[in-house]
Amino acid sequence: METGELILNIVASTLRLSTPLLLAAMAGLLSLQVGQVNIGLEGLMLAGAFTTVVVGFWLGSTWLGVLAAIIVGMLLAALFTLVVTRFKANLIVSGLAINLLASGSTAYLLKVLFDTSGTLSPASLESLPTVNIPVLSDIPVIGSLVFSQSPLVYVSWLMVPLTALFLYRSIPGTHIRAIGQNEEAARSVGIPVRRRQYLALMLGGGLCGLAGAHLAVGDLALFREDMTAGRGFIALAAVYFAAGRPRWAALACLLFGMFEALQFRLQLISSTPPQFFQMLPYVMVVVVLAIISARKEWRKGW
Amino acid sequence: MPYLEVRAIRKTYPGGVLANDDIHFNVEAGEIHGLVGENGAGKSTLMKILYGMEQPDSGEIWLGGQRAHIAHPQAAIQLGIGMVHQHFQLVPTLTVAENIALGRETRRGLFADRGVMRERVRALSDQFGLHVNPDALVSDLSVGLQQRVEILKMLYRNARLLILDEPSAVLTPQEVVSLFEVLRRLVAEGCTAIFITHKLDEIMTLCDRATVLRRGQVVGTVETARVTPAEIARLMVGHELEPPLARKASAAESRDRLIVRDLQTGDARLQNTTVNFSVKSGEILGIAGMEGNGQTGLVEALIGLRPDAKGDILLDGTNLHGLSTRDRRKRGLALIPEDRNREGLSRPMRIWENLASGEYDRSPLNTGGVLRLERMRTAARALMERFDIRAPNEGVAVSTLSGGNAQKVVIARELATPPAVLIASQPTRGLDIGATGFVHEQLLNLREQGCGVLLISADLDELLALSDRIAVLFEGRILRIFPREEATREQIGLAMAGKVESEQAR
Ligand SMILES: Nc1ncnc2c1ncn2[C@@H]1O[C@H](COP(=O)(O)OP(=O)(O)O)[C@@H](O)[C@H]1O
Ligand SMILES: [Mg+2]
Repeated sequence: METGELILNIVASTLRLSTPLLLAAMAGLLSLQVGQVNIGLEGLMLAGAFTTVVVGFWLGSTWLGVLAAIIVGMLLAALFTLVVTRFKANLIVSGLAINLLASGSTAYLLKVLFDTSGTLSPASLESLPTVNIPVLSDIPVIGSLVFSQSPLVYVSWLMVPLTALFLYRSIPGTHIRAIGQNEEAARSVGIPVRRRQYLALMLGGGLCGLAGAHLAVGDLALFREDMTAGRGFIALAAVYFAAGRPRWAALACLLFGMFEALQFRLQLISSTPPQFFQMLPYVMVVVVLAIISARKEWRKGW
Repeated sequence: MPYLEVRAIRKTYPGGVLANDDIHFNVEAGEIHGLVGENGAGKSTLMKILYGMEQPDSGEIWLGGQRAHIAHPQAAIQLGIGMVHQHFQLVPTLTVAENIALGRETRRGLFADRGVMRERVRALSDQFGLHVNPDALVSDLSVGLQQRVEILKMLYRNARLLILDEPSAVLTPQEVVSLFEVLRRLVAEGCTAIFITHKLDEIMTLCDRATVLRRGQVVGTVETARVTPAEIARLMVGHELEPPLARKASAAESRDRLIVRDLQTGDARLQNTTVNFSVKSGEILGIAGMEGNGQTGLVEALIGLRPDAKGDILLDGTNLHGLSTRDRRKRGLALIPEDRNREGLSRPMRIWENLASGEYDRSPLNTGGVLRLERMRTAARALMERFDIRAPNEGVAVSTLSGGNAQKVVIARELATPPAVLIASQPTRGLDIGATGFVHEQLLNLREQGCGVLLISADLDELLALSDRIAVLFEGRILRIFPREEATREQIGLAMAGKVESEQAR
């Protein structure tokens, strides 16, 4: 394989692999900015992936499955909001609970509904169709790699600027940031704090549902137990690295996507056990993020 | 008819603190009304009630001749009441304009109309001479400018009654001057202001009238043109007679237990001032002074919480300079801190855990690095007996105790082994008469045993009743030390207001 082609291939898989991260990171960012960090992104994604496959299969429409994933993500996030705000439950414990709930219940439902374990890939379920962006996808070489993707890839790209606009330019977004910084100040000027908390966290839930949908039907069309494989936490790491700023979080996600793409390549050409390479993206992300974010002055603007 | 009238407001906090006790007070339209009183007198509570952040147990608020029901800040804002809180209510990562408009944004479609908001802020800034860049991030502003943002926030909401809770406490002298100008201008434009402070000169220069609060009650409203600062000071610290304490003649020996020489506390506000004094064996040295004149810095420097402090602290001849707090305590320095809930106790922890926290690191509570929990409990039971701590048992959390019993836990821990010198900072603040008497008794016992006691108190009666000498702290230095026989209420009041020629501290 030519070097040029290799690089382009890596770029293409980077884009595909970073999609669920981007979506989950925007969710994490909303939760961080409203001051109720949700470490249950992982679980919300997993629930989303499961819902997509099951509902898509039942109703015979992948898109309805995606819609259901968004709804399930939002409902679970609403539950999370309820326990952490109304009942003042601990954030870490509640987030963990979401993760455990999602992981356990998807495995359980797999068993009772389909009498199977491990993987569910209904033959009648189709993955989302590739979408070619008119004109752009006709650009030689790059076009077919970058602008010929599963639809949720484009959605994830859109979500980054949309999240930024929402948080930094819209009125509810400004309120969300105010609440996260100084809840009492927000209260003292009459902002409906509870409503805004639900808004931020449920929007995040929807995004996580989408992220899960992409994992399930973005490429193939299957659900695998614990198929999120820590992506929710990587997204969270990206959010912290970015100090809550959308574009830097997106960059961190792309970085992780790139390491993932690289490790797949390395696995193919090396005889070292594959687990070693699978570990690499995580290690690299931790190292890179730690080095960059350790610098001072790394916390301003958006 | 007064513009604002507060009738018989009473407020008890869930913990049982009676913060406002039958408060009557009124403010005329167009005046700047001072509200003074020591920390804990109930000023902030009263203002939070006016602003709808706390609900009174009983009482009425009348505004412009009408009964006002203020259930939440929104209602207060609607009535034209604005408040600058003691702790600013700003969002550091938002811009000045965003903070000012927060919750009242001008809409344009889905988004906030930043242009319009910025223009309104700019117009208000110009109208009142409150210049601040609307696009700056609040986190980049000085404290003085942040306060401007808070004032603009009130004006943006069309407030006519402006409440400022200790606005000058955080400002430099220059900033205070410009704050005063702003307030005068606002009043000239038709606003009315309530100005909280515990600095008398500010009341005298800024306010038309002032109401003095003490222990949750109004002790008087004065016209500043007709009184002297010393008279207000006297109202603040109280003048009711308490039964004289049985107090033996001075047991002071000539031996100095604590000598403080050229101590600089490292307070940015009180630079270039040094403190000198000594405490003898069997002596109680009282420290009087309006709050904010360096008391906190002095206590923290003595106990070792101020790494920047300079100067000598000799405890029984040993210089404590540079020693850690723990080493100072081991050498016999003990402290009853000003705020027992924050600095004196761990409220969620049990009584015995709190009591053990003074000596957990040495035998017998600790043998070879292993904590002896049973011994701690036993020791705690003994201390509870000895210091009359009323609680079901030693295993209950300190947070469930009344103020008096909580303070007894602090005292029991500090006095479990008799100290060489005890620093008692506001030891009876917020306590009822019984608990106050108990604390006084303990201090006098220590005195008889030959300890040195440094008693810092805002309560002049307490100082006069207990001290062998009274030093007056003013703007970071000891203005004068009165021997007990020469200490009169008038003279100390004058000194507290800074109206005494500095005299070499004896
Ligand atoms: N939220 C609260 N809960 C319980 N006690 C409180 C609370 N706020 C204030 N207090 C108590 O009420 C009393 C009056 O406090 P405050 O009104 O803040 O006084 P000031 O403003 O005059 O210093 C103090 O004893 C204080 O400890
Ligand atoms: Mg106060």
